[in-house]
Parts: sequence; structure tokens; C-alpha cells
Amino acid sequence: MAPPTGILRATLRKDLRLEWRSKDAINSMLFFSLLVVVVFSFSFDPNAEESRSIAGGLIWVAFLFAAVVALNQTWARELRNQVLDAYRVSPAPANSLFLAKALGNFIFVSVLEALMTPLFVVFYQLRALGPAWQLLVVAALGTWALVVNGTFFAAMSIRTRSREIMLPLLLFPISIPALLAMVQATTAILTGEGARFWMVLLVTYDLVFTTVCLVLFETVLNAE
Amino acid sequence: MPETAPVITVTNLIKQFGRFAALRGVTAEFSPGKLYAILGDNGAGKTTLLRTLAGLNHPTRGEVSIFGKKNFREICPELGYMAHPSLLYDEMSGMENLAYFAQLYGISDSARCAAVIRSVGLDPELTRPVGQYSQGMRQRMSLARALLHDPKILLLDEPFSNVDVHSATDMVHLLARTRDQGKTIFVVTHQATLLERAADEFVWMEAGKITARTRDFRLREGAR
Repeated sequence: MAPPTGILRATLRKDLRLEWRSKDAINSMLFFSLLVVVVFSFSFDPNAEESRSIAGGLIWVAFLFAAVVALNQTWARELRNQVLDAYRVSPAPANSLFLAKALGNFIFVSVLEALMTPLFVVFYQLRALGPAWQLLVVAALGTWALVVNGTFFAAMSIRTRSREIMLPLLLFPISIPALLAMVQATTAILTGEGARFWMVLLVTYDLVFTTVCLVLFETVLNAE
Repeated sequence: MPETAPVITVTNLIKQFGRFAALRGVTAEFSPGKLYAILGDNGAGKTTLLRTLAGLNHPTRGEVSIFGKKNFREICPELGYMAHPSLLYDEMSGMENLAYFAQLYGISDSARCAAVIRSVGLDPELTRPVGQYSQGMRQRMSLARALLHDPKILLLDEPFSNVDVHSATDMVHLLARTRDQGKTIFVVTHQATLLERAADEFVWMEAGKITARTRDFRLREGAR
């Protein structure tokens, strides 16, 4: 059998190739986030100072909703032609599949963030008063928090009839601590306050939920 | 009853989906190096039996032992499974599909993928995605995926459906040759006449049970 990292790389490469060809996830996420930015900008007309205190919430809520679109696509392509069964009958470890899917989603959502953040900056006249590089750390930790749980719960909901409704119902409540930490950390950096506590909380959240997801994924994958 | 040590032993196998029992106490032994045709009306339990042998369905009661082992993770490298759906990614070419699945079994040799594709009568150089294949080509590529890692047991669900007579006959010849190499093959089919000469035994199922095992297809068919 191939080493788990080899299978992880092959699965990630395959997912990136499929997304490159279909653009299912990235297109829907982009349109969705674009709509959110435009609608929010019509709804609020904040000055630069107000923007700093609300932008964290706006940005992360937009990314959370957009990520759900990508997460729903993650397993949908494995269900077409029941391809997931081909993985299940192989000796490949379940966790390689899970990590490849989570990493794939991390890349898709990161691309979305990289494209949408400049728009947020322009629409809300954002300028960080704190160390801006910390925003990158918060983005990475927060995105991982969203995708690791999202990938897991999307896998749990694939066999349900209303899976597109089920995913947010499962994901949003469990993401509240991470979302709170992301919003508070972003706001703290933008307003020049310390974000250390929230970043530590995000690291802890990521470690705990990544471990739990890895431990439980094989059961989820082989559930009937 | 098998003359040699059985390759698969099924003991009082019961599979229930909710209150519906798809398998109602199947007990059987299957010898190595034989081609078994599993026949029966729709809903007889043929596919459920095959999926249970492949480890995709967990028995509600009873057990399956393959090569004397009951742990599916130990057995799966020896199984090749072909389902009614293709278990292939529509957006990728046949070669790309097989290259990916090969890696799940630790095969990194693309020559092996090309050889298997040729063995089912397809061209490995074909670059168009599997989604644009005819149904018959898709079935043959699906068979190639099942043969890829040279398994000792092949579990094939409706391999001839939507395949033209000429191609189906070629597939039967390929299966007979594979059987002659010592592999054990199970074919669930409604087109038993195709296997009339190639199959070693016809296993008849009805209402979740094996009701007869005959060497001559016409013996039982005539009585129906």
C-alpha cells in the first residue's frame, strides 16, 4: 500500500484538478461573497473608524457562508457515480482522504479570501492600526477551523436527503467559538488592540477539532 | 459445495435496511478459481450480497470470511469491485482516473494502467473525459478499475448492462481468462445467457436467500 502522505497528495491533486476543470466551488463562492460585500456596503455606510469595529464580523460571516457553498461541493463529486465506494473498498486510509479534502477546501477558501479581502478593504476603507501581518495568521487559523469542521460535517450529512440544509445546521453551532475568536481577533488587530488571547483560542480550537475529526472520520466514512 | 478450501465462506448472513431484510440468512461457500454467476429477480438480494462481500455493507447478523479473515481492512487489497454506477470521475480521462485509483493501492506505474485499459479493449491515449464516454465504454473502464491492482477476487455488479453484444462477449472472454489465472469471480447479472458457457456455477437468489446452485444454467431456468 502507498504511504498515507502519498495518497493524501494524490487525492489533493485530483481534487484540485477536478475543481480547476469544473470550477463548481470557486465560482459559487466568489459570486456569493461578491453579493455579500455589495449588499453589506449598501446596507451600512460606516466611516473609517466604525468600519474597523464591524469589518471583522462582516468579513468572517461572508467567508463562513461562502465556505458552506464549497463544503457542500466537497463530497457531492464523490457521490456522483458513487466514486466514494471505490475509495472505501481500497486499502487507502480514511484520514488521508479527510486531510486531502480539508486541505483542498482550505486552498479554495484561501483563494476566495485573497480575492475578496481587497474588495472589503476598498468598500470599507479599512486600514489596520495593529500589526497587519497578524491578520494573515488569523485568516489561516480561522479558515482551517471552518474547513476542518465543515469537511467533517459535510461528510456526515452526505447520506441525508437534505444535506445542503443539514451542513449549516451542524456546522454553525459548533463553529461559534471559532467564529467569535476570528471576529474578535480581526477587530482587535484592525483597532490596534491585542489579539493574542483570541489567536491562542483559535490554535486550541484547531488542534482539538482536527484531532476529533481525524479520530472519528473513519466511522463516518464507513457508516451506511 | 466446494471441492477445495473455500475462498469465501458466508454464514447465516442477514442484512436489514430498517425493517426490510435484503438478505435473510445466506449460508454458502465459494471455491477459488471459479466464475460464479449470481442470478435472480430484482430485489432478490444479489447486489446486497455483493456489497457485503466487498465490505460496503455491514452484516446485521452472520459473518463473511474471505481467505479465512473477517477483518475487511486485511482483505480489501485482494478484492476488485465493480458497481452498477461507474465509480469513476466524469471530469477526468480514463487514464487519469486509473492513475489516481492505482495510487490508492500503491501502484505508481502508469504502464500498468495503460495495460489494463488495453485489456478491456479501450485506448489509454483517449484524452476525453469519462463523462463523454458511451455507457459501454464507461462499463469497460469501470472493469479496468476493478482489475487494476490484480485482485484475487472480482465482484462485478451488472458488468454487461448497456454494453453491446460484441463488447459484452469480449468482456466475458476477458473474465474467463482472468478466472483461468486462478481468480475467483462473482458476476451479478440479468444476462445469464452471456455467461452460459463461461460460468462454473450459477447461484440463484430469491427473496434474500440462495435457493439453488447449478452448474447448468438451463436446468434451473427451465424450471422457472
